[in-house]
Amino acid sequence: MSGAVHEADVAVVGGGLVGAAIAWGLARSGTRVLVLDEGDVAFRASRGNFALVWVQSKGLGMPEYAAWTKLSSDLWGQFARRLADETGLDVAFRRPGGFHLCLSEREVENRAAMLSRLHNQSAMVKYGYEILDAAQVRGMLPQIGPEVAGASYCPLDGHVNSLRLLRALHAGMQQFGAGYLADHVVEKIAPRDGGFRLTTRHGEVRAAKVVLAAGNGNARLGPMVGLDIPVRPQRGQIIVTEKVAPFLDYPIVTIRQTDEGSVMIGDSVEEAGWDTSVGTGVVSAEAERAVRMFPHLARLNVVRTWAALRVMTPDGFPIYQQSVSSPGAFVATCHSGVTLAAVHALVVAPAIARGELPAEQYIAFSPRRFHVPATA
Amino acid sequence: MFRRLPDADGSSVEVTIDGRSTRVRAGDTVAAALLSAGVLASRISDVSGAPRAPYCMMGVCFECLVTVDGVGNRQGCLMPVKPGMRIDTQHGKREVGR
Amino acid sequence: MSELRDSYDVAVVGAGPAGLAAATVCARAGLATVLFDEQPAPGGQIYRSVTTTPVKRDTILGADYWAGAALAQKFVASGAHYVPGATVWNLTREREIGVSVGGAARLLAAERVILATGALERPFPIPGWTLPGVMTASAGQILLKSSGLVPDGRTVVAGCGPLLWLIAWQYLNAGVRIDAILETTTAERAAAWRHAPAFATSPYFLKGLRMVLAVRRRVRVVSNVTELRAEGRDRVEAVAWRTARGSEQRLPVDNLFLHQGVVPNVNLAMAAGIEHRWDDVQLCFAPVLDNDGGTAIPGVAIAGDGAGIAGAEAAQARGMLAGLAAVRAIRPNAPELAETDAVRARLARFIPGREFLDTYYKPAAQFRRPAPDTLVCRCEEVTAGQIVDTVALGCTGPNQMKAFLRCGMGPCQGRECGLTVTELIAQARGVSPQEVGYYRLRPPVKPITLGELASLPKNQAALRSVARG
Repeated sequence: MSGAVHEADVAVVGGGLVGAAIAWGLARSGTRVLVLDEGDVAFRASRGNFALVWVQSKGLGMPEYAAWTKLSSDLWGQFARRLADETGLDVAFRRPGGFHLCLSEREVENRAAMLSRLHNQSAMVKYGYEILDAAQVRGMLPQIGPEVAGASYCPLDGHVNSLRLLRALHAGMQQFGAGYLADHVVEKIAPRDGGFRLTTRHGEVRAAKVVLAAGNGNARLGPMVGLDIPVRPQRGQIIVTEKVAPFLDYPIVTIRQTDEGSVMIGDSVEEAGWDTSVGTGVVSAEAERAVRMFPHLARLNVVRTWAALRVMTPDGFPIYQQSVSSPGAFVATCHSGVTLAAVHALVVAPAIARGELPAEQYIAFSPRRFHVPATA
Repeated sequence: MFRRLPDADGSSVEVTIDGRSTRVRAGDTVAAALLSAGVLASRISDVSGAPRAPYCMMGVCFECLVTVDGVGNRQGCLMPVKPGMRIDTQHGKREVGR
Repeated sequence: MSELRDSYDVAVVGAGPAGLAAATVCARAGLATVLFDEQPAPGGQIYRSVTTTPVKRDTILGADYWAGAALAQKFVASGAHYVPGATVWNLTREREIGVSVGGAARLLAAERVILATGALERPFPIPGWTLPGVMTASAGQILLKSSGLVPDGRTVVAGCGPLLWLIAWQYLNAGVRIDAILETTTAERAAAWRHAPAFATSPYFLKGLRMVLAVRRRVRVVSNVTELRAEGRDRVEAVAWRTARGSEQRLPVDNLFLHQGVVPNVNLAMAAGIEHRWDDVQLCFAPVLDNDGGTAIPGVAIAGDGAGIAGAEAAQARGMLAGLAAVRAIRPNAPELAETDAVRARLARFIPGREFLDTYYKPAAQFRRPAPDTLVCRCEEVTAGQIVDTVALGCTGPNQMKAFLRCGMGPCQGRECGLTVTELIAQARGVSPQEVGYYRLRPPVKPITLGELASLPKNQAALRSVARG
C-alpha cells in the first residue's frame, strides 16, 4: 500500500449515478468532497440502465417512495438545466409522458388493477394516469402492432441520456472542486478521531463524513460503519439497435429511442448472482415482445447487447440511513439512480451537508423496515 | 477511381444505382460494383454528415453501408450483386421500416 | 447446400488457410465438421476469391496466392459441411454457436470449436483517413482479387509492413501506376537486425527481399515518413507528408492506400470470454493459448492469424494442429494423428523471422497514438484529443471512455479504434496497455436483425424473466 493520504470533508464511496449526484450536490454547496471509484471494469449499474425517469408504477407497498419519485421527476427539469448551464452538456431530459404497453387483455387488466391498488394506498401522492385501449394507444403511437391490447400512460414519465448524465455529473462535480479517485476500491472503513479512515490499495482517505454509494458493494462496506444494507445483484439484459431517424418520442417502459437515434430494448429480471453474461434466450424474448409491440422494428440491426446488475433491496425500495453508531456515515442506495438523480443531488446532498437525514422524510427508507414483521 | 483489368470482364447484370439503371459485373460485391460505376461515397456519416466510402472491403469497418432493395444499412462489401437489385446510397439515418 | 444440423463434432469459423486446414483434417478423420464463413467463396483474406478470381494471369497475384487454390480444393473434397455467406455472431462457453445465414439466425452446438477468424488491418488513424478514396492496402487487394479492379489515376501507397510491398508488387504486375510509396518505418528499425540471422533462414526471407527490390526499382519510395495527412473536402485530393528531415511535401492523389500491419480480429474470441493479453512486440492483444491453440474454454481453440500474426503458411499449420487436437479428443485412434509431429516441425520453420519482421516493421508511435485533432473512432467521430482530455477527467479505461464519449459504440464494435483508444489511454496514464485493457465485447459480434434475434429458441426461464403481468 502506498503512503498517499487524502483529506476531505466528505468521502463518497462510489462514482456512479448515486455517488456522483450526491457529490455534485455537496460540491456545489462548498463541501470538500472526494469520490472513490473502482476501475474500468466493474459492476457499474450506472453504465447498464435503461435511462428512464419513471413515475407511473412506483411505490406499491411504500407510498412514501411514490412521493419521493414524483418529487424527483418534478425537480429533474431544473436539475438538467443547471447541469447544462454549468458543464455545457445537454443530458437530453425529456418528459413527454410514458407508456407501459400490454400485449393481451389480461395484461391490461393486471396493469389496471395494480395501478388502482397503488393509487388507493392511504397517503398516496396524487397524480394522473390513464388506462388506454388499443385505439387510444394507436392515436398516440401510430406504429404499434395489432397485438397491442392497451396500455397505461402517465404524463410524468420521461427519459434522459444516462451516460451523458454520468459524464455531466463527473464534469460538474469536478468543476466545483470535487476530487475523483478512480481505481480506489475501498478495502476498509474505520471510525477514527471523530471522522473516518478509508483504506485503499493506493493509500488512505480521511474524512469527517462518509457516504456509501457503492451499489452492490454497499453490503460489504455497511457493517464497517454500523449500517445494514441488504442489497443484492439482480440482472437485467438490454438490446441496442443501430441509429435510426427519430420515430418514437415517448418512452415505453421496455422500448425507448435515445437522443442519438438508437433504440434500446429491455427489460428482464433474473436472479443470477454476479454473472453479467448475456443469454440469447432472454434477449430473444425481449426482442420478440418488442417486435410484437412495434413490428417495423424487426428489420433493425442489433449492434450491441449487455447485461448489468441492478442494485436490489429486499422490497425494491431505496435505503437511506444515517448510522447510529457512527453518525457521520450515510448510505444512499437504490435501483432507480437515474430517476432519483435529481433528489439525490438537490435534497439528499444538502441533508448530508447539514449532517442529518430528517426522520420525517427518511424514516420510511430506513433498513429497519426489513426487521419488522410484515403486517397482513 | 478504379478500372477493370482487361481480361477480367465477366458476364454482367443490370441493377439500379440511386435510381439509374447500370450494368455491373456479375460476381462483384455491391461495394465493388459501386466503385466500378464511379460512385465513391456510399453514405454520409450519421454524426457529422461527412461523406464516407468503403475503407476495408472485408466487412469490419461498416463504411460501405447502403440501402439494398429497400432495406437500409446493408454492408455492401459482403453482398454479391443480383440482377434487378436496387442499390441506393444513404443520405441520413436509416428510416424505421426501410 | 444441405440442411444445417443442430450439432456437429467440430465447428470451424473462418475459411482462410487456418480454417480450411482445420476443417479438412477433421472431416477426413471422419468427424462431423461444419465450416462457417462470411464470404461467398473460400480463402479468407490472403487467398481471397482464389476459386473465383477473374484475374487469370498468375503472374499478377503470384505463386503464393495460388497455393491457396490447392488448399481450397482439398477442403471442398474433404466432406466437411461448408456454409458460405454465414455470419457467426455469438459463441458461448458451452460451445453454442449463434449464426445467421440468408437473413435467418439459428443456434447450434459443437463438441469442439475452432475459431479461425484471422486478422484485420491495424487501424491507421491519420488526419483525413475517413475521406472517400482512402482505403486500406488490403481493400485494394480485395478489389483486385475479387473483381479485377485496380486504381485508376494518381495512386499513393503509405505505411509499413510486408503486405505493403506485396500489394505494390501485385499492382505493378497488373500495370498500375504507383506515384509514390511513403514508408513510415521508423529509424528504430536498426534494432531489427539482431533478429536478421533467424529471418534469413525463414522461407519468407528471399521471397520478401526479391519483392521489395523489384518494387523499389520501379516506384519512387520516400523513407522515414514521420507525419502523414490526407487532404480533401468530399474525397481525398492530396496526400501531405513530412520525413525525419523535416520539410512538408504534397502530392495530388485520387487513391490513397494505407497499411501498417495486421492484427488479430479479436471480437468473436473476446466476446466468447477468451482471455487476451497485450503483446508488446506485435503491439496488439492476442489470445492466451496452448501449443494446439487451445484456450481456457474447454473444447474451444483459435488457429491462424487470430492466434497471433504469423502469416498464411503458419496459419495453415496451426489450423492443422487445432484440427488434430479436435481429432485426438474425439477419435484418439485416427490415422491422421500420425502427422502431428511433422506439422509442428513445419510450423517451427515459420516462427523465427517473425521477430525480425515485427521489429523491422514496427508501426511508429505517432501513427498508433495520433495527434489530438485526428479522428480515432470513425463511427462516432471521436478524436484523440477528446480521449486524452477524458483521461484527465479520471477515466481510466476504454469501457468508461466508451460510456463518456461513445467511442467503440458504433457498428464496427471497436475494430477500427480499439487499439488506438487503449494505447492513448495507456500513454496518458503512464501504464501498460495490458493494465488498461480493451473494450468489453458482447454478442452479437456482427449485426443481426431484431427479428432474427426474436426468432431464436427461448426456454421457460427466459420467457419468465421478461414477461411480467
